Amino acid sequence: MRRIHRRHVVLAALAAALCVPASGVSSGTGGPSMITKTGKNEGALNLIAWEGYTQPQWVKPFTKATGCKVRAKYGGSSDEMVTLMRTGQYDAVSASGDASLRLIVGKDVRPIDPKLVPDFKNFIPALKSPPHNTVRGVHYGISLQWGPNTLMYNTKKVKPKPNSWGVLYSSKYKGKITVPDNPIQIADAALYLSKTKPALGIKDPYELTDAQFKAAVDLLKKQKPLVKKYWASAGDEIDLFKNGGAVLGASWPYQTNTLKAAKAPVADLIPKEGATGWADTWMISSKAKHPNCAVSWIKWVSTPTVQAQQAIYFGETPANTKACAIMDKLSKGSCAQYHGNAPAAYFNSIKFWKTPVKACGNGQNNCVDYTKWQQAWTDIKS
Amino acid sequence: MAGRSRSARRRLSAALWRRPWLRGVALLLPPLAWMLIFYLAALAVLFVSAFWSIDSFTGKLTHVWTWTNFDTIIHDPTYRQIAFRTIWMAAAVTLTDALIAFPFAYYMARVATPRLRTILFVIVLLPLWSSYLARIYAWRLILNHDGALNWTLGKLGLPQQGWAFTNTAIWIVFSYIWLPFMILPVYAALERIPDSFIEASRDLGGRNWTTFRRVILPLALPGLAAGSIFTFSLTLGDYITPSLVGNVDFIGNVIYRNVLGLTNNLPFAAAYATIPLIVMAVYLILAKRLGAFEAL
Repeated sequence: MRRIHRRHVVLAALAAALCVPASGVSSGTGGPSMITKTGKNEGALNLIAWEGYTQPQWVKPFTKATGCKVRAKYGGSSDEMVTLMRTGQYDAVSASGDASLRLIVGKDVRPIDPKLVPDFKNFIPALKSPPHNTVRGVHYGISLQWGPNTLMYNTKKVKPKPNSWGVLYSSKYKGKITVPDNPIQIADAALYLSKTKPALGIKDPYELTDAQFKAAVDLLKKQKPLVKKYWASAGDEIDLFKNGGAVLGASWPYQTNTLKAAKAPVADLIPKEGATGWADTWMISSKAKHPNCAVSWIKWVSTPTVQAQQAIYFGETPANTKACAIMDKLSKGSCAQYHGNAPAAYFNSIKFWKTPVKACGNGQNNCVDYTKWQQAWTDIKS
Repeated sequence: MAGRSRSARRRLSAALWRRPWLRGVALLLPPLAWMLIFYLAALAVLFVSAFWSIDSFTGKLTHVWTWTNFDTIIHDPTYRQIAFRTIWMAAAVTLTDALIAFPFAYYMARVATPRLRTILFVIVLLPLWSSYLARIYAWRLILNHDGALNWTLGKLGLPQQGWAFTNTAIWIVFSYIWLPFMILPVYAALERIPDSFIEASRDLGGRNWTTFRRVILPLALPGLAAGSIFTFSLTLGDYITPSLVGNVDFIGNVIYRNVLGLTNNLPFAAAYATIPLIVMAVYLILAKRLGAFEAL
């Protein structure tokens, strides 16, 4: 018996040793080449998108016009999107600012010449070459939409109407609160602290020193007993608000729109402390099997009509300035409602998601990086 | 042509007949190779990679032997707490299922008429025909704040429950989902007890309780141990139930997040995955002592 056992171990170790070299294969030097022209569409397109970004109302006409059959997978978080993109099985991704730079640094996405996208010239100036998708003048993707993370509440149960993120940290609605299950949530706590505890000196919620980071984590640890459920998907939060499990939550406008369409008594707002937010970019994988369809897709979603449809469906702001008129045609007043014509000051007031790194904006190198954010999040939830 | 191939076949069969060990090898080689390559080799890779780490800047694997991962797991209170929570839940679910399954299996094996027994079998097995996810979502609808359970309690004038997304919910759903895996082995063990044993116990003056304690329970113990292997290991490895009906991490959730996360920290996930493996190894040794493998 003992002899057989030893032989098993030897064989297993041998098998393991054989597998080692295969896992160490790395990519060569130099980044992926820029897409400057397009050819014939390949007939298929595999996408990773946020929930609500690939609705039939604009995907079906796209397939009809280009022959590209779209298969989309929802990414639950930026982390998941980055990992999925690295499998090489997808052609393009709707990356938020906290994923796009990681993909560029990891050489997972191909640069694209914006001349390929006719509507690019109509984009708001801030989203033509934003730092989250353009590095040293090279465009690694085309901006899509942007918007704030909002505070959603049940209008029948939450009175008076909240106007501060503080309601998510106070015990008044204990057990009726839901927040995203996402390490980037630490930035929301930091943003709140930057206004309520100025002594901490938080300037940017993504660039936190150890002391500032600890304060944000402590705040979230205190919040934990108040939280009914850390939602993992937009559908989770919608369920919670529908069945009365939660009456207050950190949310995206998408959930509010979906719930309102289902006649649920909800509303959302940007509290007085301001909000974190996202600015999304369609990026093409460096291993894309259908690059031409991917370019066609980016052209398609940049057109004013699709930009307007998606803006209204998700509740976000289009990058294309020409979308505003169509939004108002589709749903009266929606352009103003989703800030389609808001001044640049509004854009600048939102703290857009970005990946926390060691290098702080002020030239110092003592900020907490994202690996620590992830560890802290596991710690907060446990 | 035909003659030669027939003679070759005959020679082969003669060779196999003369050498019985060759027959054994030929019969066992395909499943054994499968086992070695896909099962043991995968486990070996898992174990080996647990001693590697990833470079925090590039996120690439570094093949340098290190204890760091195990050090973190042992000394970081977060990961310890998650591991203990998972093991504790697995134990609670196993105990609950044993307590529910025993009387049910006893009734099925020794009291019910053959017709009723068939019906009970169908009732036990029917849920296994529907998707595991559908059943978990059904429990979400039952336990929700405005769900079926609170509606019923309200109609009966009883106080409302707030179990949705708590550990209680995880415990209820796990106990429900794995119950058939406990009932079946216990039933098999109870059915095998000859009536004469119980009569003998009665003849020797054993009352009901004594007969149960000294005859039935010891003979059913292998069945309970076999069932507990299922309930315990299935709870230990599951991460979907906690994420859908609960609000805390289990071992599986931590592994999942390390595999599908920014850090893509496969070595740490591998190291953490050895915890349930070790727990299960110890458990299986104990279960073998209790005779669980004879009852399967």
